[in-house]
Amino acid sequence: MDILVPVITLGLMGLLFGVGLALAAKKFCVANDPRLEAIYGKLPQANCGACGMPGCMGFAEGLIEGRCTLAHCSVSTEDALKAIAGILGIELKTKIKAAAVLHCYGGSVRAKDKGTYRGVRDCVNANLIMQGQKLCAYGCIGFGTCAQVCPFNAIVMNEEDLPVVNEDKCTACGKCVAVCPKKLFSLIPKKHKVYVACSSHDSGKDTKTTCSTGCIACRLCEKACPFDAIHVIDNLAIIDYNKCTSCKKCVAVCPVKIIKTRE
Amino acid sequence: MDVSKVLAIAISMIFINNFILSKFLGLCPFLGVSKETKPAVSMGFAVIFVMTCSSIITWVLYRFVLLPFHIEYLRTITFILVIATFVQLIEMVIRKYSMPLYRALGIYLPLITTNCAVLGVTILNVDNFFVAGKAVEGSFFYSSFQAFFAGVGFLLALFLMSGIRERLQLLDIPEHTKGIPIAFVIASLMSLAFMGFMGFKF
Repeated sequence: MDILVPVITLGLMGLLFGVGLALAAKKFCVANDPRLEAIYGKLPQANCGACGMPGCMGFAEGLIEGRCTLAHCSVSTEDALKAIAGILGIELKTKIKAAAVLHCYGGSVRAKDKGTYRGVRDCVNANLIMQGQKLCAYGCIGFGTCAQVCPFNAIVMNEEDLPVVNEDKCTACGKCVAVCPKKLFSLIPKKHKVYVACSSHDSGKDTKTTCSTGCIACRLCEKACPFDAIHVIDNLAIIDYNKCTSCKKCVAVCPVKIIKTRE
Repeated sequence: MDVSKVLAIAISMIFINNFILSKFLGLCPFLGVSKETKPAVSMGFAVIFVMTCSSIITWVLYRFVLLPFHIEYLRTITFILVIATFVQLIEMVIRKYSMPLYRALGIYLPLITTNCAVLGVTILNVDNFFVAGKAVEGSFFYSSFQAFFAGVGFLLALFLMSGIRERLQLLDIPEHTKGIPIAFVIASLMSLAFMGFMGFKF
């Protein structure tokens, strides 16, 4: 008989808690929009924040409440976006896919150092101390902070300490653009194949002393371009992508080989 | 109720018998949620809240259910039941009435359910404040205070650890000790420091 007391007491307690919880679940239930889970399932769930919302769940909520549009998500594939548009009952407008490019080609081989840096191997930190260890104030520091922040592993550091963007993996989320202390990345539509791999605004002579592959502002590209798309502004060649047709004439004439083609 | 006794409980729970660093209870969140200060502090406050409330409930249950029926030996399973139910209920209520708070605490509340520090403090309460099957004078208040200050001690340990680990991120330490290994080393050093509060006994 001794066993009955504990069994009954504990059983009753369990029953009481169970029923209590069940009632509470009813009373305090929060109605969820069934579309929320469906949309979240279609999103990449990388929580990269490129859309400006706190993660993919926040973006799904924003979509339902009409605070965001599908174009804000630069990561999802076309098919996924179409499926989400189907759930929401709206029409999907096609958008231009872009990928990041690095506007520097210095690296450990061509760009000289001003001294030995022994601090934290992180670009943002290194930049705080005399703008990094590179002699060129505009060039890539080379500690790969961009590769670390990339949520899609689209950036890897090569043996010359330069980040290389894998265009197939790059989703133009813009994390590298934001983190680079030298502002060396930009997002360029994938159909444009030509870009300038230098950001130095120093004069041609100064650039030559710091880096063997910097823009010397010789204006040969300007003269070669049949579409008036490339201009040397403030000692640096800049491409106007509204006019550029990727004819690659500038690539051929550049004496320091800093106008690059991707792919 | 005696103010000096409350003070003694506070100092004992926060420093001398710190739940994490002296009693080694609740080590999972200590290592899991101590990477950054902000979540660590949120977790600490959530633990204070859950500890205090569940110790109040378990005290009542122990005094008015377990003792009269002479089934004190079932306290562990009963307390686990109570804590789990209570945390579930809290989660529902918070979700209903304060979505921002739910988001802030979201992950930590379920984590606390399985946190042995909460169970530890409730068991310690009935060990300390019940003598020979009877509640000592002021037992209810003392046990509530003990639970509260145990939570404060938990918060303190978590806060200190997260501050140290945030700084560790910037240090140039050997590659193979980065992350969890160095956290264990730091934890043991901190534990040694807290042992100092106890005085040395040989």
